[in-house]
Amino acid sequence: MRPRFPLATHVSPTDRRLSALVRHLGDSSASSMESQNPNQTISASSTAAFNGDSVFGNIVRAPEDPILGVTVAYNKDPSPTKLNLGVGAYRTEEGKPLVLNVVRRAEQLIVNDRSRVKEYLPIIGLTDFNKLSAKLIFGTDSPAIQENRVTTVQCLSGTGSLRVGAEFLARHYHQRLIYIPQPTWGNHPKIFTVAGLSVKTYRYYDPKTRGLNFQGLLEDLSSAPSGAIVLLHACAHNPTGVDPTIEQWKQIRQLMRSKGLLPFFDSAYQGFASGSLDADAQPVRMFVADGGECLAAQSYAKNMGLYGERVGALSIVCKTEDVASRVESQLKLVIRPMYSSPPIHGASIVATILKDKDMYNEWTVELKAMADRIISMRQQLFDALRARGTPGDWSHIIKQIGMFTFTGLNTEQVAFMTKEYHIYMTSDGRISMAGLSSRTVPLLADAIHAAATRVV
Amino acid sequence: MVISLASASPSASPAMLENLKAQMKLGSSHVMFRKEKANPFIKTQSSGRITMALAVNVSRFEGVTMAPPDPILGVSEAFKADTNDMKLNLGVGAYRTEELQPYVLNVVKKAENRMLERRENKEYLPIEGLAAFNKVTAELLFGADNPIIQQGRVATVQGLSGTGSLRLAAVFIERYFPGAKVLISSPTWGNHKNIFNDSRVPWSEYRYYDPKTVGLDFDGLISDIKAAPEGSFVLLHGCAHNPTGIDPTPEQWEKIADIIQERNHIPFFDVAYQGFASGSLDADASSVRLFAARGLEILVAQSYSKNLGLYAERIGAINVVCSTSDAAARVKSQLKRIARPMYSNPPIHGARIVANVVGDPALFNEWKEEMELMAGRIKNVRQKLFDSLSAKDKSGKDWSFILKQIGMFSFTGLNKTQTDNMTDKWHVYMTKDGRISLAGLSLAKCEYLADAIIDSFHNVS
Repeated sequence: MRPRFPLATHVSPTDRRLSALVRHLGDSSASSMESQNPNQTISASSTAAFNGDSVFGNIVRAPEDPILGVTVAYNKDPSPTKLNLGVGAYRTEEGKPLVLNVVRRAEQLIVNDRSRVKEYLPIIGLTDFNKLSAKLIFGTDSPAIQENRVTTVQCLSGTGSLRVGAEFLARHYHQRLIYIPQPTWGNHPKIFTVAGLSVKTYRYYDPKTRGLNFQGLLEDLSSAPSGAIVLLHACAHNPTGVDPTIEQWKQIRQLMRSKGLLPFFDSAYQGFASGSLDADAQPVRMFVADGGECLAAQSYAKNMGLYGERVGALSIVCKTEDVASRVESQLKLVIRPMYSSPPIHGASIVATILKDKDMYNEWTVELKAMADRIISMRQQLFDALRARGTPGDWSHIIKQIGMFTFTGLNTEQVAFMTKEYHIYMTSDGRISMAGLSSRTVPLLADAIHAAATRVV
Repeated sequence: MVISLASASPSASPAMLENLKAQMKLGSSHVMFRKEKANPFIKTQSSGRITMALAVNVSRFEGVTMAPPDPILGVSEAFKADTNDMKLNLGVGAYRTEELQPYVLNVVKKAENRMLERRENKEYLPIEGLAAFNKVTAELLFGADNPIIQQGRVATVQGLSGTGSLRLAAVFIERYFPGAKVLISSPTWGNHKNIFNDSRVPWSEYRYYDPKTVGLDFDGLISDIKAAPEGSFVLLHGCAHNPTGIDPTPEQWEKIADIIQERNHIPFFDVAYQGFASGSLDADASSVRLFAARGLEILVAQSYSKNLGLYAERIGAINVVCSTSDAAARVKSQLKRIARPMYSNPPIHGARIVANVVGDPALFNEWKEEMELMAGRIKNVRQKLFDSLSAKDKSGKDWSFILKQIGMFSFTGLNKTQTDNMTDKWHVYMTKDGRISLAGLSLAKCEYLADAIIDSFHNVS
């Protein structure tokens, strides 16, 4: 896009009016600087503003983010029965955002602690937080941690962790190709591309079964060049909710190791998917257990409800302690010119909870409650569709896991549901189960039934 | 042991390779592959089996070299390791009390308590940040009644303190002004270059510091800005220049604005010390407001790290003043596109604190008082240091630059060897460019520091 630099022009009437206005501003300004120059005249200059032009004239308006745009549309709808199943933030049975009790407790302790200060964190973040995060995902007895082969750096939630990892790989890894599942979270390709990686996809979702296209996945990863990076959703795949079984994970791991493919895990739902922190970390731990290297991006947005605090971590499991130490030093060079050091508040909350036995237990209970409510919504929706005799096999609703369900509804059906029933979801048919309640399940079931029978 | 891949190739002798394999069993930290060769995992034509065996135990990141420590943040680490009683940390720019303790402002504590009482939620902010924060931050910078705000001509996006806001701007420049250069002062904050390098924005320096006068090289500044290609971005420190502490006078600011207008350059302010430099929020914003009043389109990065002591909360903003509200809306939408694949949306905590303090008249006034105290302490320390130097130094050297410079930092004029002497002999930690952070100095330590400086100046070359 060529920049436009305004050229010098003669003084037009507009310019003179603008000059007068600006002089008026200069005289009435409270600034002492202005008053030192009472006779200051500002000549009509050739700069953009005086011509009414802008150096930003060529810049077009960017479209709204597709996922966040759903909530924008929802907010505009005046219907009293409208339902927002768009963005992936947990909601209570009453449809309200939730701050975990244990988080409130931790925050009280932090804010009331007079010895706490707000000094800059190190570039890689809060040390305790990093250690505890690594233990959370890799397991407290992970040999990789004990051998000091893991470098963990605090980052800005999942997005920030993925970005820092991608930048590091683009600079230091010999293979700049990353494979992402089809489909995946909309922000994934953008993060990797802007970091300097090339993006390819591997088959993942099978619309016929509304499950995993395992054959396609194996074929596509088999044909990937040696050393290519592979993005794996650790659990609760977003947007489909379709996860490989443990047996399938074993095969994926074997294939990837035999081809020297580098795993890059995105773990945004540990504990949130099944309700068990350990169970949800199994795929990651399986890879680490074979002694190989991998990257893992962790987010505390959902499982601790810390969405807006932007807390996450990037871990890189390396072959040796020495490599891990060098890798860490290079991660600092990525972070320093991006934001210097990460924000303290969210990380402090996480560290406070993870290091205290009681608070940790309280967290696991609240986490399980959130996961259970979502599983219950799945069951209720499935039962409601069966009760209505809605055509089709809806068992994927209870087979899929995590916050999202890929309904299998097409764009016409989605548009119909929005127009006739005021139900808001992304156009790919993804619904956020976290936005459902026992009260609203019947409404959604009616809408799906109508779409499935009247719109084909 | 460094082995070039050439010697690990099939043409290497079997004995050599056996040796290598034996080494590998001891752990690959003993073996380094030279980085200029490509992938050690690529099979070579013949002895593929051997190179694959080598490949299995080698890290994919084996070629990653150890990066040097950050020049500014590394100083604090060295300070911590020093066990000497007299040690003094004048490295990083974080405010300290007279007792040399970190300081959390009272208004910040009050704001946090209010936030806690209100039991606010932790939902995602919009990509552009907290609306209440964006509103107050633009008003604080430009003045609440500034027409540019009322006309909707300012695009404000919450950023990760100064660094993050500069980074959003840098990426924006690279995308929409490809090939345009950023002119940065010589010297400037060390991280500026890193930010522009990582964003692939070309930069060049304009003269700024004159070591002969320990003041501003104004003619050099004007000359270099004039000589730059038309439409360059000129990075200006709004007040309290880092690292020199030397600011242009109001008259000099006018002339700088003249030359920028003449050359169709775009002013790009870094405002990290509003209120912290002189003690007055309005006075410290006068340079920015002067440019805005001329109707110029401007970029301004803000930070609340120092003036609200919110260092670790990472709260700041990038403001783009446009000639029309339509342009501002479009610019804002593109800044959001830059933020989304970087961190999706910014952190809430610091933004809420700022919104609460700046948006509440009582807290805002209390903040102004605390800021005057902080700025006042620094001025007192400057005075005491100057007095100590003048009293102790018999050479007749003019130390008045200490009083003329403003803000947290002072450029002492010490060279690298002299700086090393400060650290090695006197246990005074500072950055190699001769910069000291007065925020880390107490009245009690002024005499000691004066001794150190005098010794380093006169007895070390």
